[in-house]
Amino acid sequence: MSFQTYPSALLEATVNEFAKLPGIGRKTALRLVLYLLRQPTSDVEKFGNTLLRLKHEIHYCKECHNISDTDVCSICADRGRDRAIICVVENIKDVMSIENTQQYKGLYHVLGGIISPMEGIGPSDLEIESLIERVSQKGGIQEIFLALSPTMEGDTTAYYIYRKLAPFSIAITTIARGIAIGNELEYADEITLGRSIVNRTVFTY
Amino acid sequence: MLLSHLTVVNYKNLEQVELSFSPKINCLIGNNGMGKTNLLDAIYYLSFCKSFTNPIDIQNIHHAQDFFVIQGTYQRSENEDVVVYCGLKRKQKKQFKLNKKEYERLSDHIGYLPLVIISPFDSSLISEGSEERRRFVDSVISQYNKLYLTDLIRYNKALLQRNSLIKNNLVQDDLVIDIVEEQMAQAAEMIFKARKAFIDEFVPLFERRFNEITGANEHVLLQYQSQLFSNDLLFSLRQSRERDRIVGYTTVGIHRDDLEMLLGDYPIKRTGSQGQNKSFLIALKLAQYDILKRSALLKPLLLLDDLFDKLDAKRVERLVRLVGGDDFGQIFITDTNREHLVEILKATDLEVNYFFVDNGNAIRY
Repeated sequence: MSFQTYPSALLEATVNEFAKLPGIGRKTALRLVLYLLRQPTSDVEKFGNTLLRLKHEIHYCKECHNISDTDVCSICADRGRDRAIICVVENIKDVMSIENTQQYKGLYHVLGGIISPMEGIGPSDLEIESLIERVSQKGGIQEIFLALSPTMEGDTTAYYIYRKLAPFSIAITTIARGIAIGNELEYADEITLGRSIVNRTVFTY
Repeated sequence: MLLSHLTVVNYKNLEQVELSFSPKINCLIGNNGMGKTNLLDAIYYLSFCKSFTNPIDIQNIHHAQDFFVIQGTYQRSENEDVVVYCGLKRKQKKQFKLNKKEYERLSDHIGYLPLVIISPFDSSLISEGSEERRRFVDSVISQYNKLYLTDLIRYNKALLQRNSLIKNNLVQDDLVIDIVEEQMAQAAEMIFKARKAFIDEFVPLFERRFNEITGANEHVLLQYQSQLFSNDLLFSLRQSRERDRIVGYTTVGIHRDDLEMLLGDYPIKRTGSQGQNKSFLIALKLAQYDILKRSALLKPLLLLDDLFDKLDAKRVERLVRLVGGDDFGQIFITDTNREHLVEILKATDLEVNYFFVDNGNAIRY
């Protein structure tokens, strides 16, 4: 790899910052920086200030740890939602995906990651203890719905939470796994297809 | 299955080679470094989408050129030609095509053109550690049991997780390691069952092939060794947890399995002569051929690289009669000495094509 030389140390420093972002290489970073340079000063100021405000003023909901502008997020504050069910997800993006389906009307709990000893992430690095507290202290919770990715780490995390919640008499459910809607059966991999057969469901329409 | 026609351009030292093969025996003859093994490697490439000797694709392009092409015409069933094409250009993605249609995933192709290669590299099965032997067993099983590979990946991942838990001594509650151990034990049970079933099927085939090569005057034994025969893995993992924390890795599990190879009651690693080792390895590979033939429902190609080196004349003759027989399909043999091969093959009255490989070119005699 050849190192580019920059005509300005300030330019180089900015490129370095942009290149730290996921998915951005040095070339893209340079393009973005040069683009910003050409914009009106007011626009660039707004861009910078928005970033600063984001970092300084954002809140994590003290109930579910979702991102929020207030102490308690809009979902947790919504009296119209079903407070008997909590959906456990890995991160904030998952909350947004599930919300977009418009199929779920309960509350959430964002773990902030999944258990992965190889990356040094253990249960205490995640919002698992606070989930147990929610269940034990809030009362009225009847179902914990685990919506974690069907990977090995996701399974470990789900199983961990399941064990921790065993003393409480609540239902523990998980997302269904199987053939994706609109897919041809012949293109499904053996594992998914195999599981779909084992966990087949009663036909309804 | 037959490979009737092969075109190779700029693959390793082969500049431009075009050959039509005999449906039975094909002999590639030439001096050292002329490209005999590279020709076999090109055939291997069309079956496995990679080189047998060098996994770095870019290094397999002829050093003075910027692309290579390998193309083969096969008959998986009679009079039904399929053309398999592989092209690689520097700085571009490898293209793999079946009848001019590109594969989306290379893994879809592997297994379509079954092939077994016997080569001097096989000696690592005896001389190296247990990892080589597990790899051999795993590669044969995963050819007919697709779930096996996913269980193996699951097991290895859980093993890595457990290793980092005990190595870093993360002061977490023990529930995490409990769960990881349960995941290991679950996957290990499937793997153990599959390996046991495989060895039960494999051993008689192996013994038969070994006796055929040696004339049945030596006694051999293959034995699957696993801690799981005597202990429940979950229990052993729990029991060894403290000791494993001290040594820093997981001391029990199917990643410690081995395939014990005995020649006349002693490990072949210590007692075997070079010729005995070679006979042993050939029998292993021929048994692999038998298993592959059974699951693929057609006769795989058999590549024999430098086969006759180190074997006595009697064994060579028995071997040639064996692979010339109906159990085996199309064969590719390399050797440095033409008279030698002609002498051996004369007695068999099989259909043989001879090719002379010289300095990156090959022509039919």
